[in-house]
Amino acid sequence: MVRLIYLARLRDALGSGGESIELPGDVGTVAALRVWLARRGGAWTHELAPGRALRVAVNHDLATADTPVRAGDEIALFPPVTGG
Amino acid sequence: MPVRVQTEDFDVAKELAQLRAGNRAVGAVAAFIGVVRDLNDNADVRTLTLEHYPGMTEKALAGIVAEAMQRWSVCDALVIHRVGRLEPTDQIVLVAVTSAHRGEAFAACEFIMDYLKTRAPFWKKEDTAAGERWVEARASDDDAAARW
Repeated sequence: MVRLIYLARLRDALGSGGESIELPGDVGTVAALRVWLARRGGAWTHELAPGRALRVAVNHDLATADTPVRAGDEIALFPPVTGG
Repeated sequence: MPVRVQTEDFDVAKELAQLRAGNRAVGAVAAFIGVVRDLNDNADVRTLTLEHYPGMTEKALAGIVAEAMQRWSVCDALVIHRVGRLEPTDQIVLVAVTSAHRGEAFAACEFIMDYLKTRAPFWKKEDTAAGERWVEARASDDDAAARW
């Protein structure tokens, strides 16, 4: 199981703040997770489509497309940040 | 190198005095204060709500400050970022750096702010006359961070 967290505008667009979910064996990176979630259709497909600006943090550290994801991880998906 | 995320306002004079209290090596204090504007992208902003990602926010800010302290010879640094509901003229963020000479304090302060803008998990939502909207990230902020 991993804990997925959706934040800010992405949470509103997906209508969900997060979920705990079992990842398929072939979903081992941030890039693969994004592709897998985008197959859900609707807002998921739209928001997670290639080219849409999206940031991902794995266990509270900013991640890149090839960052590994493993059982027990907290993985947050969010739009580019706008603080300051 | 304190880092704080809070809903309450902060007293800049008090924070700066505390940051350099008793440190005789400090010859310069540089500070940046971010403030809520009443106009953004041609819309009147009534209130601004700042959301963050608890747990990651503090870690990200501490990491940015640690990197600044590695790159420049600074005595100390402070970041305070507010979250929750804010109004035009309210203070949002304080970044302050102390050092022996001004050059290091200015550079480190600007670096921390540029990195915060692109790496710390905060998001602004504006309440305008036309309704609520999430603020879009600016490419110019990425460019500013890429300079370093």
